Amino acid sequence: MYRQVIQIKIAVCMKQVPGTMEIKIDPETNTLIREGIENIINPFDSYAIEEAVRIKERLADEEVEVIAITMGPPQSADILRESISVGADSAILLSDRAFAGADTWATSTTIAKAINKLEDCRLIILGKQTVDGDTGQVGPELAQRLNIPFIGYVSSILEINRSKMKIKRLMEDRYETFEINLPAAISVVKDINIPRVPSLRGKMKAKTIEIPVWDAKKLEADENEVGLAGSYTRVVKIFTPQIKHDTRMIEGTADEQVEELHKILKELNLVSGS
Amino acid sequence: MRYLLTEEQKMIVDICRQIVSERIVPVRAELDESGTFPREIIDEVGKSDLFRIFIPEEYEGMGTGIFEVCLATEELSRGDLSVATSYAASGLGIIPILIAGSEEQKKKFLPGLASGSKLAAFGLTESEAGSDAGSIRTTAKKDGDHYILNGTKQWITNGGEADIYTIFTMTDPRKGIRGASAIIVEKGTPGFEFGKKENKLGIRASATRELIFTDCKVPKENLLGSEGMGFIIAMKTFDQSRPAVGAQAVGVAQGALEEALNYSKIRKQFGTPIASFQAIQHMLADMETNLEAARALVYHAAKVIDSGEKNVTRLASMAKLFASDMAMKVTIDAVQILGGYGFMKEYPVEKMMRDAKITQIYEGTNQIMRNIIALDMIKRGVLQET
Repeated sequence: MYRQVIQIKIAVCMKQVPGTMEIKIDPETNTLIREGIENIINPFDSYAIEEAVRIKERLADEEVEVIAITMGPPQSADILRESISVGADSAILLSDRAFAGADTWATSTTIAKAINKLEDCRLIILGKQTVDGDTGQVGPELAQRLNIPFIGYVSSILEINRSKMKIKRLMEDRYETFEINLPAAISVVKDINIPRVPSLRGKMKAKTIEIPVWDAKKLEADENEVGLAGSYTRVVKIFTPQIKHDTRMIEGTADEQVEELHKILKELNLVSGS
Repeated sequence: MRYLLTEEQKMIVDICRQIVSERIVPVRAELDESGTFPREIIDEVGKSDLFRIFIPEEYEGMGTGIFEVCLATEELSRGDLSVATSYAASGLGIIPILIAGSEEQKKKFLPGLASGSKLAAFGLTESEAGSDAGSIRTTAKKDGDHYILNGTKQWITNGGEADIYTIFTMTDPRKGIRGASAIIVEKGTPGFEFGKKENKLGIRASATRELIFTDCKVPKENLLGSEGMGFIIAMKTFDQSRPAVGAQAVGVAQGALEEALNYSKIRKQFGTPIASFQAIQHMLADMETNLEAARALVYHAAKVIDSGEKNVTRLASMAKLFASDMAMKVTIDAVQILGGYGFMKEYPVEKMMRDAKITQIYEGTNQIMRNIIALDMIKRGVLQET
């Protein structure tokens, strides 16, 4: 009997970030000191790729294709290869000198063009934010440009088929459950899954797979709408905050120390009472 | 050693290391304490294609060899020997199917085992038959299109957790070991039940249980090879599996040595790290030297097997013997270097010492290994002569 093969394309947007929490900034040039720092997949994006692969496994009867996308310099292909090793089917690198210096506005413009080129993406998954930029803006902006719904901070995909899905999201004080029509974009939090370890087959595929590079021309992007030229914001200054340490050792017997500490805390209005 | 590995072999090692650091190390003490089977970790091992390395490509495997199996087993053992034992025991259940299985049997059973969605187990030992495999009492009586199994297997690794069991039975008890046959029994077959879970000294998280057969009816298509081949299949299986026991020993010793070395550089006594004392330095040097010698022998045995050489029994037994004796010594010395801390459960080395002991016992005790090696020497001469 003829069986209709339903194809569901899922795009996962990811970013390469410095693999450290202690980012140093060159005070002269206001740029990140990248020497000696290994680049990694933005940790929240690894939950995004894992969730896409889980949807693919869940909808095993239908044809689901997971496509990893990143915008960045040529070495960003490393994180795309890593995503292949954990189950993405293919990957696209958006890379062009003209894309450099993009803010979230120009970034979402560029990614939106790539998603449109892919045609009929039913779902776009992103990490809730990057650990370097920390804005969390690219997801909502991307959805806006594609004119599709966006739901952030998703912690669970309860149901999904080609036309809609039911999801739960984490808010500060509550969970919310939504049913939304597809296509849509979501961002995910770390509660959503535990990313898998790469598979041997995945690693071998990742090593040899060809990753197409899409430049401004391929995306038919005007040079004034991408990169620094297409950005509405400029980073004027990045600096490491000066952390002031004001340490005082309290001496004496335990009782005297407690008495003294209580006095100090009271002066600082941190405790009340006598 | 890393520079001697191929790209694919390095990938196997890297995957195992990631599983060890992310999934195994954080929970190993807890699993040991509670004796819980590490199902989630084994699922992760399966998803990472590590069971595929036992199996040829045509049955959804990766078509690699015993050397790759040893690399994976060693790395997993470095993290936790319970996990590595559960992994390797599935391999031990798989090997008889690879050796003696028909095309139909391979097609039926291997793909699920390759993906890790199913686990295998190997059922030979009984209460009255361990080293003396000829004394097994479990019987399989032919009845039309079926065999009827009766008897009890003891101390079966992955018992209750595995889906596919290679069981060694007597189809003709009068013939002794020539009347033994290997039969595949699937979990859920009526008349096939599991006995109590054993409370063990080491590898406590691995599942060790009795398999109880009471008029258990198994289709005759599940016979591996032909009747009477059971003992030969078991011995050929051990030829391939014993280097992996050696790899377990190398892995657990590696884990213990790393702990001991790190500790010796941090722990200060008399105002200086204990690593500055010659007494400790000489212990570390001996541990490292013996470990590397064992690793070399295990890798060599594995590579000789992969080359297709037929007479590998002696070398496989030597790898298992030397590596497991080494692991026992190294893990005991690691506890000694950590001193009082080493004796405490907050530190991992006491568990490694308890775990290491099994490598001298299972898949043939080291006394049996020496018998095998000596008999083969008497029969065929010194190894490099032959």
